Amino acid sequence: MSTGVEPRITPATEVAAQLPIVIEDPVAQRFRVHRSAMTSTEIYRAEVERIFGKSWLYVGHESEIPEPGDFVRRPVGGRPIFMVRGVKTGNVNVFHNTCTHRGALVCRQESGNSKVFQCFYHAWTFDSEGRLKGVPHRDSYAGGVNFDELGLQRVARAESYRGFVFASFDPEIEDLTSYLAGAKEYIDLVVDGCGGSVEMARGTNQYSFGANWKLLVENSFDGYHAESTHDTYFKYLVSIGTDLRGGVSGRAVDLGNGHAVIEYSSPWGRPVAKWEPLFGAEARTEIDRLRADLVSRHGEDRAHTMAEVNRNLLIYPNLIINDIMAVTVRTFYPPAPDAVDVTAWALAPSNELASLRHRRLDSFLTFLGPGGFATPDDLEALESCQQGFASGGVEWNDISRGMGRSPRANDEEQMRVFWRRWQHQMGAAADRAGAQ
Amino acid sequence: MTAVAAQQQALLRQQVEEFLYAEAALLDAWALDDWLLLFDEDAKYEVPCNDAPDGDPARDLMLIDDNYVRLAARVTRLNSRRAHREYPHSRTNHQVFNVRVRDASAEELSATASFTVWRFRAGRTSCYVGQYRYRLRRSDAGLRIAAKRAELDMTDLRSVADVAIIL
Repeated sequence: MSTGVEPRITPATEVAAQLPIVIEDPVAQRFRVHRSAMTSTEIYRAEVERIFGKSWLYVGHESEIPEPGDFVRRPVGGRPIFMVRGVKTGNVNVFHNTCTHRGALVCRQESGNSKVFQCFYHAWTFDSEGRLKGVPHRDSYAGGVNFDELGLQRVARAESYRGFVFASFDPEIEDLTSYLAGAKEYIDLVVDGCGGSVEMARGTNQYSFGANWKLLVENSFDGYHAESTHDTYFKYLVSIGTDLRGGVSGRAVDLGNGHAVIEYSSPWGRPVAKWEPLFGAEARTEIDRLRADLVSRHGEDRAHTMAEVNRNLLIYPNLIINDIMAVTVRTFYPPAPDAVDVTAWALAPSNELASLRHRRLDSFLTFLGPGGFATPDDLEALESCQQGFASGGVEWNDISRGMGRSPRANDEEQMRVFWRRWQHQMGAAADRAGAQ
Repeated sequence: MTAVAAQQQALLRQQVEEFLYAEAALLDAWALDDWLLLFDEDAKYEVPCNDAPDGDPARDLMLIDDNYVRLAARVTRLNSRRAHREYPHSRTNHQVFNVRVRDASAEELSATASFTVWRFRAGRTSCYVGQYRYRLRRSDAGLRIAAKRAELDMTDLRSVADVAIIL
């Protein structure tokens, strides 16, 4: 994917000719998205090719496979993939999960440690670096078969940034670090705020719901909906003694290449490092110590940003890192225009003290996850939107909030950043003529 | 096991079954305030993640890890009109099978049971399958719950979306 190209911004006067899906009118300060973006099968098919086929997609975290031979398998961009730490090289290898012989999966466990990956169908065997090491009755093949070329197929590109492993099916895509653009320093804030080394806690949230995936992008950094949708969460905070004064206040930042973040102060506590009553009186000293430690390592300004400021970060197109009452890493893929498969983890400092880890996970569960006090209501909201689209009569979503002013965390600029990039990447496929 | 011991065991299981059926009926009736009264104030309600059914809430991410305060807050939330995922409420059917009583002492006993919880809402059918692990306490008023843990057998939550209801 090329970079530095201005997204197409179409004045309202040209709409009739071009019929784009995303219309930004800087004069009227209006930003609208045609609802076919969420419902059209043609647009969905184009997204699979143009968005998911040509972006960097999150695979997993290096901490999930610390030892040589450690592996995890999971779908990436809807395709079965596995990553394994090579026994010889120690590198993270990301492979298509398919035997080069006749196609069967070669990695059939969710995670584990193995020196070899054997396809059970005809027992072709590959090592952790992908080389084909075993073919039963190899002498039955004539000279034309070069077994050296029949190793496991690597995903076209695989790179990592601060332990976050990404892959792309596009061999021509720009380097990951350049792709991440301004998002890098926000990943740094999360990782450095955790003491510089992070890991995923054991236990994964894998859930699905019936709405378009881009609604989850919007929802994951939507400051505007918190007060109305999550009233029961805030009531719970009040009931345990949290002071809601001050509310949620901050700004949205365009990080380039479709990435964006909202950063803001909030009433809830943060395991690193903002105490609140939920954590218990005895935790106060410990949390003060964590904060002082950040100050000594990073200075007061950066320590303040790490300790007290929340970050809801989108790495375009489908990775969310929300550093809020805990840190969640969430990625998702649409098997259909009106369905999303979500996988989410809890990110935490490596070797975190047991008491701190317990408190962090406890804080996570107040709000996040399919059993939390907020996530189920988000799913209801997004499914409700999708059902509303089917009603027809209204063609456009309005995403204009906060245009013409310095964007606040409860405005919608961060969503516009996503949509501009989406429109650019989709090109003519995001015209309504092709979306019926 | 002697005949007397076997008879005592059968009676105990019957007593536990009656208790679990009554609990299920309260959940299906959405009588959550009454359901909460079954719990002691130091009680826990846990649901581990699908991929870590042995999850320890001190160390591992859970789906639910409620102490009594948060369990009471969950009930308050589900009773309100602002728990949008459950307003209006689902119809549920909590089914309990394969009840086994273990480690019974004078004060406490442990029990396991299989469950199937059906949830119906707005034309959608969801089914949760797994195993309950209870720690129950004997009191003058009958059995009380010291801990309830619901370990899911489904490999993920894709077919059910969330755990907004109480299992």
